[in-house]
Amino acid sequence: MAVIRIEYFAVLREHVGRTGEELRTAAATVGELYAELDQRYAFPSVGRVKVAVNDEFRDWDAPVRDGDFVVFIPPVAGG
Amino acid sequence: MSCFAFSREPFTPDRFRDLVVDPEAGGYASFEGWVRNHNEGREVVRLEYEGYEALGIREGERVVLEAFARFPIAKAHCVHRLGPLEIGELAVWVGVTAAHRDAAFEACRYIIDEVKTRVPVWKKEHYADGDSGWINCEVSPSDAPAGSALL
Repeated sequence: MAVIRIEYFAVLREHVGRTGEELRTAAATVGELYAELDQRYAFPSVGRVKVAVNDEFRDWDAPVRDGDFVVFIPPVAGG
Repeated sequence: MSCFAFSREPFTPDRFRDLVVDPEAGGYASFEGWVRNHNEGREVVRLEYEGYEALGIREGERVVLEAFARFPIAKAHCVHRLGPLEIGELAVWVGVTAAHRDAAFEACRYIIDEVKTRVPVWKKEHYADGDSGWINCEVSPSDAPAGSALL
């Protein structure tokens, strides 16, 4: 089990109703973590989501480690 | 100083123009992105930008450094607004200087195009009818088969 911190932005922040949380997870990868939270929150369909761990983009098969800071990144719209 | 920044306060381009002044430069190209009052047929009354700043600065810097690697430019800088914006406000500014204009134009175009698609910034539009929505995040469930979010 790992204790991690998650921060939510934009459409996901509004959907979950908070800016972030600490949680204990058995997920081995960030993809499994997303699936676990999707079960809990039923994330809205927003298109392709990316993930960052400790402020860097990572693949969905990246491992979840104790103390990680994870952000799910819905489609961006700068400019 | 970093070549990419976020600003929570309104700014004018002349505030950052000095950052790209260079004695080797013979040309300066800039881009200003403004908040417009319509999008996809709907009347927009204001909008909000939300950013994941720590990663956004890293990714924005990567974009500008890529422009340096691709084009013979002297200096380049990009600033993106965050927070609530009114119609007509400056949302993003790119400034590039180069010995010759072609490189300045091309690098400026490269930076704004890449920033728009890669830097983790989200835009919520508020419409005249009271509705609002996160741009690029409105997908009907029928368009998104289960598990497709992670593809």
